[in-house]
Amino acid sequence: MVVNPQPSENNDQAQKPDAEQISDLRQQMIRFATLQLRDPTLAEDVTHDAINAALSPGKFSGKGSLKSWVFAILRNKIIDIIRERSRHPTVSFTEDNDSDLDDQFDEKGHWNKTQKPANWGHPETGFANKQFWTVFEACLTQLPENTARVFMMREHLGLEIKEICDELSISESNCWVIMHRARMRLRMCLENNFIQGNFLQAED
Amino acid sequence: MMNCKQATQMMSQSQDRPLIWQERIKLRFHLLMCNGCNNYNRHLRIISKTMKQLRDRF
Repeated sequence: MVVNPQPSENNDQAQKPDAEQISDLRQQMIRFATLQLRDPTLAEDVTHDAINAALSPGKFSGKGSLKSWVFAILRNKIIDIIRERSRHPTVSFTEDNDSDLDDQFDEKGHWNKTQKPANWGHPETGFANKQFWTVFEACLTQLPENTARVFMMREHLGLEIKEICDELSISESNCWVIMHRARMRLRMCLENNFIQGNFLQAED
Repeated sequence: MMNCKQATQMMSQSQDRPLIWQERIKLRFHLLMCNGCNNYNRHLRIISKTMKQLRDRF
């Protein structure tokens, strides 16, 4: 499986990476891997492997960004781990309990009055705001494990639905359902926290 | 007639696959009349934009 390096700022001018640069990259890679794998120790291990592979003699040409290069290797290694895990029969996609999602609707499938999505205004203007990211990342980590795995493969690793289905041996329609639950759950969490944190300007 | 529960499924799927024209028309019709689902649709876009921002931070 080939994952193209993500475009990133070409600020790695140095041809030979210095220790400080590697240490900085390492921290970013661990954070990136932890978001997907939800296991800081495993994230450190896979980062270690990726850096070793990237810096083994004759591998990095010095052309292009070192960061894109190591991140492409890291992505592939993360996908290998996910693929390996999905072969074990302990992975189930039905264990997540979704009754709270159904409770948002009445028996006719319309929003319950208290659950109807509110007008958020423009919370994304908070991209520069630390509190916005704290809430967002907390809501991500609250997703049930199997839901989160698929959602993050799509939105964090940037895989297509088809690729996710192949890696996890699940059907496309199953994948759509899992993505739908993930977005719904994330939305609910954001709304509750944005409203509690007075993050939203009330517009209607 | 599409209800809100079905509309939320369609809105999510539209981010993962192209909807067929019947689905698009049903969804558009529902969105014309449903404030809650309109907000939901905006929220999904905000979530997708935010995930992109998060990716671009690396």
